[in-house]
Amino acid sequence: MKSTSIRTPIGKVRGLGSAKSGTEHWWEMRLTSIALLPLTLAAIVIVISLIGRNHAAVVQILGSPLVAITMLLWVYAVTLHMRLGLQSVIEDYVYGKAMKTGLLIGNTFLTIVLWLACTYAILKLSFGV
Amino acid sequence: MAERPARVERPLSPHLQIYRLTFTFLMSGFHRVTGIVLYLGFLLVVWWLLAAASGPNAYAWVQWFMSTWIGRLVLLGFSWGLIHHSLGGVRHLIWDTGSGFAPNEREWLARMTLIGSISLTLVAWIVGGFVMGGLR
Repeated sequence: MKSTSIRTPIGKVRGLGSAKSGTEHWWEMRLTSIALLPLTLAAIVIVISLIGRNHAAVVQILGSPLVAITMLLWVYAVTLHMRLGLQSVIEDYVYGKAMKTGLLIGNTFLTIVLWLACTYAILKLSFGV
Repeated sequence: MAERPARVERPLSPHLQIYRLTFTFLMSGFHRVTGIVLYLGFLLVVWWLLAAASGPNAYAWVQWFMSTWIGRLVLLGFSWGLIHHSLGGVRHLIWDTGSGFAPNEREWLARMTLIGSISLTLVAWIVGGFVMGGLR
């Protein structure tokens, strides 16, 4: 019996392969890598400049606009890069379906929590609330 | 119940133990290891930022921990890992352009990543430890 569907062969199979969103993962890994080069350098310089300073000075420096914005961008790029990186590690080494899915969910949740915690802290230092 | 067919002995594809341990192989593995360790190490950054936002008492705890020898060892490992993984990332970005794959280029890139990360970590610790007084 001849099929009466007007869907094209490519339309029927699209999205059914194993690749899923592989390109997006690969590309975001590169984007965060590139962003993290200057941002990590800046973060290291910021941390070194805070060595030996008391709490009040640290709050003032971390809360100043340029430093705060740099740190906000850094923690965002870091946590996204962490999520994508550990995702690859989990996919490579964890075989059980339930365990793998559970760890991937935990990885996503944890990195979002860490990002939010850092962002909250930096904003609090900036606005002094 | 149907009889199970005898298991076919298929050839295995080469895996970790079969390959000869080369420097580039080791550095590739080390890139992933540093990535995983940095994931855990980032918890220190979160603790540090939250402590700074919480107040002088909480921040004093971070400063105390960083002044202990175990704290300094953790920080040394974290800073070296961070710098090494960053340089390893540059190596990967170079490969993404399609260059740097020749045997001598691969060796050179791997060697420069290690030499670079150790020297830059030393520079950071000399500046942080002695110029800024973190180790005085």
